Amino acid sequence: MNINRNIRNLFFFVYFLPLLMVATSCREDELVVPTEYDIIPETPSESTGIRGFYLVNEGNMGSNKCTLDYFDYFTGLYARNFYAERNPAVIKELGDVGNDIGIYGSKMYVVVNCSHKVEVLDARSGVRLGQIDIPNCRYVRFHRGKAYVSAYVGPVLIDPNAPKGAVYEVDTASIQVTRKVIVGYQPEEMEVVDDYMYVANSGGYRAPGYDNTVSVIQMTDFKQIRQIEVGINLHRLKKDGYKQLWVSSRGDHMGRPSRLYVLDSKNPYNRMEVTDTIPVACSNMAIRGDSLYYYATEWNSFTASNTISYGIINVRTHEIVSTNFITDGTDRNIIIPYGIAVHPETGDIFVTDAKNYVSSGTLYCFGPDGRKKWSVRTGDIPAHIAFLPR
Amino acid sequence: MKKTIRISVSAIIPCLLFSLPARGADHDAVPADTVPEQLNELVVTGRRLPQVTIPAQVLSGDELKRLNSNSVADALRYFSGVQVKDYGGVGGIKTVNIRSMGTNHTGVVYDGVELGNAQNGQIDLGQFSLDNIESLSLYNGQKSEILQPAKDFGSAGTIYMHTRTPKFAEGETYHARATVRTGSFDLLNPSALVELRLSSRVNAQLSAEWLNSSGKYKFRYRRVNPAGETAYDTTAVRQNGDIDATRLELNFNGTLRCGSWSAKAYNYTSERGVPGAIVNNVWRRGERIWDNNSFVQGRFTGYWGRFTSLNNVKYAFYRTHYVNNDDKQLKIDNLYRQKEIYLSSANEYEILPQWRVSASYDFMWNTLDADMYGFAKPDRFSHFLSAATALSLDRFKLQASALGTFIHDELKGRQSPEDKKVFTPAVYVSGQPLRSRDFSVRAFYKRSFRMPTFNDLYYADMGNSALSPERVTQYNVGLMYARSRRSGFVPEVRVSVDAYYNKVKDKIVAYPKGQQFRWTMLNLGKVDIKGVDVTAAVTLNPVDDFFITARAQYTFQEAIDVTNPADNYYRDQIPYIPHHSGAAVVNLTWRGWNLNYSWIYVGERYNQQENIRYNYTQPWYTSDLSASKDFRLGRVSMRALVEVNNLLSQDYDVIINYPMPKRNYRFTLSVEI
Repeated sequence: MNINRNIRNLFFFVYFLPLLMVATSCREDELVVPTEYDIIPETPSESTGIRGFYLVNEGNMGSNKCTLDYFDYFTGLYARNFYAERNPAVIKELGDVGNDIGIYGSKMYVVVNCSHKVEVLDARSGVRLGQIDIPNCRYVRFHRGKAYVSAYVGPVLIDPNAPKGAVYEVDTASIQVTRKVIVGYQPEEMEVVDDYMYVANSGGYRAPGYDNTVSVIQMTDFKQIRQIEVGINLHRLKKDGYKQLWVSSRGDHMGRPSRLYVLDSKNPYNRMEVTDTIPVACSNMAIRGDSLYYYATEWNSFTASNTISYGIINVRTHEIVSTNFITDGTDRNIIIPYGIAVHPETGDIFVTDAKNYVSSGTLYCFGPDGRKKWSVRTGDIPAHIAFLPR
Repeated sequence: MKKTIRISVSAIIPCLLFSLPARGADHDAVPADTVPEQLNELVVTGRRLPQVTIPAQVLSGDELKRLNSNSVADALRYFSGVQVKDYGGVGGIKTVNIRSMGTNHTGVVYDGVELGNAQNGQIDLGQFSLDNIESLSLYNGQKSEILQPAKDFGSAGTIYMHTRTPKFAEGETYHARATVRTGSFDLLNPSALVELRLSSRVNAQLSAEWLNSSGKYKFRYRRVNPAGETAYDTTAVRQNGDIDATRLELNFNGTLRCGSWSAKAYNYTSERGVPGAIVNNVWRRGERIWDNNSFVQGRFTGYWGRFTSLNNVKYAFYRTHYVNNDDKQLKIDNLYRQKEIYLSSANEYEILPQWRVSASYDFMWNTLDADMYGFAKPDRFSHFLSAATALSLDRFKLQASALGTFIHDELKGRQSPEDKKVFTPAVYVSGQPLRSRDFSVRAFYKRSFRMPTFNDLYYADMGNSALSPERVTQYNVGLMYARSRRSGFVPEVRVSVDAYYNKVKDKIVAYPKGQQFRWTMLNLGKVDIKGVDVTAAVTLNPVDDFFITARAQYTFQEAIDVTNPADNYYRDQIPYIPHHSGAAVVNLTWRGWNLNYSWIYVGERYNQQENIRYNYTQPWYTSDLSASKDFRLGRVSMRALVEVNNLLSQDYDVIINYPMPKRNYRFTLSVEI
């Protein structure tokens, strides 16, 4: 019964609580995430028709971290994550998992896959004009005043276990869905050639029973008129200046590798068909003039590492011109290339690195000679680029 | 004093029941060198008091009942060094992470046998109700007791849950208790407990519980712009968080002439919605999970002279049915079936009264069957062999153990990966260097590992069967001051401080693979963890029958990723580990009345690896208040309890985009005869 000791013990405890308070900090109002700026050493030519470009960072699923970056050639400023600052009133910001971006006229369309919407913004200011709700939307393309959006889920659930996908037609003036057409399973990229739209169907939800077709939609009545068999698990679909279609197959990630197919309609029936298969894997591509720039990431389970290639194909001759368009060794720093774009005027090549998908990525700019000009930190999973006309 | 007590205990209870929570025991009966903390963890094995070198953090009895907790996971927030991942709501998944080493390194032991999940290695502690739990204890490293199953030497940190054991006074033949809880989230949670004395040596207990809740609660997201104007402010109702669950538990306990046994059958059945992340334009999701978890376990403890043997057996069957009904997404309908057989024999021999040795062998078989494309249907055969020794001198205790683990996986239609053999030692010491025995110092060193789970190894496209175990090394030093007296102004005081350094290597991380959004698992990560745990508790008795108990814990952690200097998150704090966290509880008791206030603080964290502004997550802190009254009506004792949780209605996320409930209430009425 030592009173002194008791009191000492008590004091120890009394000291302890305030200590806890000092060590900790308080909760504050949650601020709108501010834009960050980086200066890029780049000067535009006087006569350029390109003002800048937008980059969509997909963000990991469930993180709601789809963000929009903008680079302006005239100010030389790279603005990271500027959507929230421009549109502070939008609840939960841009959304979850961006998947594509396109600019048409004065409007910009950002496809936000897991938020099931296409966000429509003013292309110059980035201010929101509205949104189009499209379930599980994937890619956007434009044709004669209309935007076309591919979506994994069609409007009518024919087969509840694996519904066919659809292409939605959106009027760009009213930003309302006007028509929709059911295509193959889990459609991805599209292009319009001579009033026919071609849609790559992946069937990714049906693995291992992948789709292997390109849907052909007649634009006059917006009907699917046939499906062309190409290869399994199709993804990218780009047209070149010779009205050829370049279609990539992801393969099945097991025995069947990724491939690049060429389709054209120079036959007596004027029907698109597979005319060539390029023996390369292709994850993504961008075409400028006669050059098709592609990269491929293939997993080698034996070495437990990725094999990455960066190549150029001449679209006229179908020849592989180069197997590494990055000439200065920068490719060694790129962990997972995820997006590719080519500047329509200067031929600068943009490659994004998504790294581990859950941290900031990097955007690299290479000159046409394949040497790195600059790089900049982006949001999570930098992926899709759209150039803004002057 | 101490010696006489030890002798008297060994004289009085030569063949006592295996696990006797000593809550009811007279405080004076505790020798000065066994600290009050371990009282509740007291495992009386017949002829001696336990030789736990480093005591656990314990919550038990009334103290546990008074904390505003819906589940075991909620109660664990009051332990230092623990981070609970809480996806929100009654049915939301809740997992714990001890000292930043990761959920998979945490062992969870339910009445003496470890709970397993070979599929993903994580135990959802939200599924365990506190209704039947008598005590919860947390051991860093392992329980520093040498008579235990080999597997118990294996985890980097272990939580022990003890259910209530029947105790009959002279002349009593049964106990019965009925409880009903209701409140926010449309909660309806009745439970019942019946205990029967079947004979002088055998008693039985049946415990049943039903939990039903819509899981609906209001949550709010608010943003302001730098000028201080509201950018947006929205309140919505959490959807698809409903749960309907039943728990049934049957226990038998018996004593033999020189030993004791117990048997348990357990079933948990639930259907619940998975509320999912709240993201732009998505406020409701369509995922549902049906769980049906059953196990039976038995244990026998025998004493023969200087030899003690502890034997366990368990069979478990877990069935999980997962469905994604969202018509905007890929339809998923998967059924997972896990089975487990576990056999354990732990044996101890007392060479001298101060020196004991033990050897344990455990065998475990796990299998997982999933109706999924590309799943390997693995069978796992694990053997655990441990040897340990304990030395207990007057003022010094030492314990050393070594565990060998041998794991063989077999796959249907595929080549089996290489067998894994891992050796992990541990050393625990404690001493009382000062003249006063109230003060003690302790230290431990321990190596442990976690096996890659079936998902890590064999999950369709993502698994990597070449994975090695993820390894952890822990160093801990600490001191403790603990004193308890029968009376006086300060009957009990307890303070402990521990500093630790943990190294995680070969951490299993998801690595991007091939094209598009695909992953694989690799042994890539390295994490360095430095931390300090502080706990303090004091009981005051200013006036007769009036007690004030205060309890506080504080944790500092620096857990940094040191995998690769080229990563832009190199040396950044790992996700969801706050630098500072803590809790404080103040309890006032006066006769049958009780008022409890508890406060939990989790400091700023980052929700992804990079410590940048975009990944910053604000601190959160909640105040919970409860008041209860115990009263008697004849033979019937009753308790009424009112709880207010998140008193200040803070809007917070524990996990980003998983909003937590605003202020909510719960009412409990319990009747016992």
